[in-house]
Amino acid sequence: MARKEATLHRLDRTLVWDGFKALLPISLFVTIFGIAFGVAAPQAGLDDGTIMLMSTLVFAGASQFAVLELWEPQIPLFTMMVTVFAINARHLLMGATLYPWLEPLPPAKRYGIMLVASDANWAMATQEFTRGRPGLGVLLGGGIALWCFWVLGTWLGLSVGGAIRDPASLGLDMVMGCFLLAMVVGGEKNLRMLLIWGVAAGASLLAFYYLPDNSHVVVGAIAGGLAGVIWGKRDHEH
Amino acid sequence: MNIETAGLGTLIIILAMAVVTLATRWGGVFVMSFVPIGYRVRQFIHAMSGSVLVALLAPLAVSGDNGARLALLTTAAIMLTLKKPLPAIAGGILVAALFRHLWPMLA
Repeated sequence: MARKEATLHRLDRTLVWDGFKALLPISLFVTIFGIAFGVAAPQAGLDDGTIMLMSTLVFAGASQFAVLELWEPQIPLFTMMVTVFAINARHLLMGATLYPWLEPLPPAKRYGIMLVASDANWAMATQEFTRGRPGLGVLLGGGIALWCFWVLGTWLGLSVGGAIRDPASLGLDMVMGCFLLAMVVGGEKNLRMLLIWGVAAGASLLAFYYLPDNSHVVVGAIAGGLAGVIWGKRDHEH
Repeated sequence: MNIETAGLGTLIIILAMAVVTLATRWGGVFVMSFVPIGYRVRQFIHAMSGSVLVALLAPLAVSGDNGARLALLTTAAIMLTLKKPLPAIAGGILVAALFRHLWPMLA
C-alpha cells in the first residue's frame, strides 16, 4: 500500500504524453470555445494582438469572457481583478485537492505543473488518483493540450470573426452570455445552490441599478459566497 | 483606478489578469503547504465561483432584448436536458438569430 502511494506522484515523459492524448477529445471542444472567444472579443473592442496575448497568458475561458463584458474605453482595474479572481477562485480548490500528490515534488515542478491546471485536466487527474493510478501526467500533459487548443481556437475565431459584419443579427453577441450560463447550469444543482444563485442575482441587480458601474459582479459574487457560508452544506444533507 | 483600454493600458490589464489567474492556480497549493484550507473558506470559494457568473448574467438577462432573453432560456433548457454545453450554447445563439430575423419588432 505504502509503495503504491509512493508511486502515485510519478511523472515522466510517457505519462505526460499519455495525458496529452487523453485530453485530445475534450480539446476539440476547447477549440470551439476558443473560436467563440475569438469571435466575441473583437466585438467588445479588443484588437487581435491583445486577444491572442490574453488567451496565451491567462488561459481561463470564463474569466476572459467576463472581462469582455467589462471592456469599455476605460476599465476599473480593481473591479476587473476582483472579477477575474472570483471566477478563477475555483483553481484554489483544485490546488488544495491536488496538494497530497504535489507535495513530494520539488517546488519548481509543483508550481510548474499548476501553470496549466484547468477544469478538465484537474477532473481527469483526480479521477486517476482515486483509481490508484498516477495522475500528474494527465494534469500536465492534458493541461498542455488544453492550452494549445485554446490558443489555436482563439486564433481561428479571429480569422473567421473578421468576416462577420453584423454579429447581433446572427445571435453572436450572445456567445458570451450563453457560454457563461452553460457553465452555471452545468455545475452543481440543488436547492442550496439555487438559493445562493438567487442571492447572487438579487444582489447583482440591486448593485447594477443603485451602485456605481461594474460593481454588480463583485457585489453579487461576495453576496453569493456569504450565502454559501451562512447556509452551509451539512454532511448529512440529503 | 481606471485604466485605458489602449496601448500600454491594454498590456497592464492583460498582465493583471494573468497574475491574478496565476495566483489562483498557485495559491491553493501554496496555502496548503502551510495550513490546510478550512471548511468555511472552501464553502465561501465554492459558492462564490458560481455566484460570480450569475452576477454577470443577471443584468444581461434583465436589460437585454427579447432575443437575448430567449437565447439564455434556450441555453438553460438544453443544458438541463442534454447536459452538454456545446449544443446548449449553439441553440441559444441560433434562437437569438432566428427570433431577431423573424420578429424584428418583438426583439
